Amino acid sequence: MGWYILRRIVFAIPIALGVSVVCFSLVYLAPGDPLQTLLPPDATAETIAIVKHAYGFDQPIPVQYVIWLWHVLHGDFGRSIATQRPVTSEVFGALSNTSVLALFAVPLSFVMGYVLGAIAGCFPGGVIDRLVTGSAVVGVSLPNYWLGLVLVIVFAVNLSILPASSMGPSGSDNFSLISPDDLRYLVLPVLTLAMIPIGLLARTTRAAVTEVRSQDFVTTLRAMGLGEVAIIRHVLKNASPQVLTVMGLQFGYLMGGSILVETVFTWPGSGFLLSKAIINRDIPVLQGTILALSLVFVFTNLVVDLLQAVMDPRIRRA
Amino acid sequence: MSTMTLKPASLPANVNDGAEEIAPVTRVRSYWQSVGYRLRHDYITLFFGLMVVLIVLAAVFAPLLAPFDPYAQSVLGRIKPPGWRGHPLGTDELGRDLLTRLIYGGRISLMMGLVPVLIAAVVGGTLGVIGGFAGKVANSAIMRTMDVFYAFPSILLAVAISGAMGGGITNGILSLSLVFIPAMCRVAETVTSQVRGLDYIEAARASGAGTLTIIRHHVLSNVLGPVFIYASSLVSVSILLASGLSFLGLGVQPPEPDWGLMLSTLRQSLYVAPLNCAMPGIAIFITSICFNLVSDGVRAAMDVRH
Repeated sequence: MGWYILRRIVFAIPIALGVSVVCFSLVYLAPGDPLQTLLPPDATAETIAIVKHAYGFDQPIPVQYVIWLWHVLHGDFGRSIATQRPVTSEVFGALSNTSVLALFAVPLSFVMGYVLGAIAGCFPGGVIDRLVTGSAVVGVSLPNYWLGLVLVIVFAVNLSILPASSMGPSGSDNFSLISPDDLRYLVLPVLTLAMIPIGLLARTTRAAVTEVRSQDFVTTLRAMGLGEVAIIRHVLKNASPQVLTVMGLQFGYLMGGSILVETVFTWPGSGFLLSKAIINRDIPVLQGTILALSLVFVFTNLVVDLLQAVMDPRIRRA
Repeated sequence: MSTMTLKPASLPANVNDGAEEIAPVTRVRSYWQSVGYRLRHDYITLFFGLMVVLIVLAAVFAPLLAPFDPYAQSVLGRIKPPGWRGHPLGTDELGRDLLTRLIYGGRISLMMGLVPVLIAAVVGGTLGVIGGFAGKVANSAIMRTMDVFYAFPSILLAVAISGAMGGGITNGILSLSLVFIPAMCRVAETVTSQVRGLDYIEAARASGAGTLTIIRHHVLSNVLGPVFIYASSLVSVSILLASGLSFLGLGVQPPEPDWGLMLSTLRQSLYVAPLNCAMPGIAIFITSICFNLVSDGVRAAMDVRH
């Protein structure tokens, strides 16, 4: 087990480095001189020289990457063009706001998806089964930001019972998870984010449960006289590794894919920061946010792999 | 096939007497015949396939179908409800006819759905076949690179690339192609590595077939099916991602009619005309669900290996 964990962690390092290379090259994808993207348009020749030296643009590109990585590892992502604040503090502030959304959306979607999927799998052909099968197709075809707009239209415009956007009456600085007034601002974005993963997870759980239920050991258990409830417990336990994989992916998508939903609700999280960075052509912020979010994704995948090894001894030996 | 049902002449007439009559003659269908048979009897797929055809036709013949000019603005006719002065679905924030722009928007959405997937299928498929057939160093080099791109959630990678390169349809197509290439590559690589070890490849090589001939005859015939199935499931993903990019101000630029972009500009009038604002999303949803269901049906019909 110890070896397996070590091997998975060692495998994750080149992936993380590769991700950093992709983020680093974003500056070179931008049209024009990379210096232009790092500097305000009215920079003097003197500032240009200073920045050129500071970022090592007079060096060959691989050396530049190492310098950049060195800065990043020390928590220095450069400065935002739009606000002149350090990118690190902007990204971390935004990430914590995104985590607030994830804190509610993840348990909601995982529990709902798992329970619905399990019921559908145990009672194939029933009402819940049809609902799950149907909603999964709808879920993958629905643009989540449009779903957000529709929810705003229904609950904020027509019924005016919930706020349409932003993060509380006093903004993100004083946002508190215990104040019911602030929590009302969470309802619509969390619902929007959770809806689509619920459908996908329910479908995965249903498929996994159906597959496990058709295996021979279930017949054996039944022949041994086990009650239906005990059998379902065995089935769910065996179906869980498959479900966990999809949960890991969906967690990453809830963090990274929140970009559109946060834009709709002007929720000041990482996705909103990204869309602001796009409008301002603020490449350092774009780079920093993408790197942070994708590292979260890499880390989640690692954790899921390890959890699976804990749950399923067969994986450890492979 | 009919000779199969004849009893061997050497057998005495009373063997299996009565117990086993002559087996009924069944016509053996070829693979494509059976795929076609299953598709013809899958009415859900047929219905949504028809919908896809209608959407494509509407996009192609947009100038004939659309009641107005998609770019004609009217200061006095901004954000009007459905039915206002002959505008079936009302008008947008610049007084342009909504239905016209939805019909024209289908052109760009379909293009953004199909072109990146096509590019990714060709590029990713080629890389996967090369990797799977070459094996060893080339394979690990290709697949480890793909793993890096796999580490990004798809929308994030699309936003990162087109965010850095700037808006525009070409950059949007490029970034979406890059998003899909790793997955396509993985599908092609898996099948190729499986086929490569089979005996008939060995036999082909022993009888003097060159690498290219083997790939063309034996590998491609196995790879194309899975790649096609996977690609068809990506079309709706691509439409959704592309509309998301346009919604963020990347991808399609104004005044071009595009569903994602329309959602983003109509959002400003959310409180004035919620119905108009929701309409482009319905178009995205319907198109995407049609492609999804057709792709599911095609997959079910083509997947014979149970």
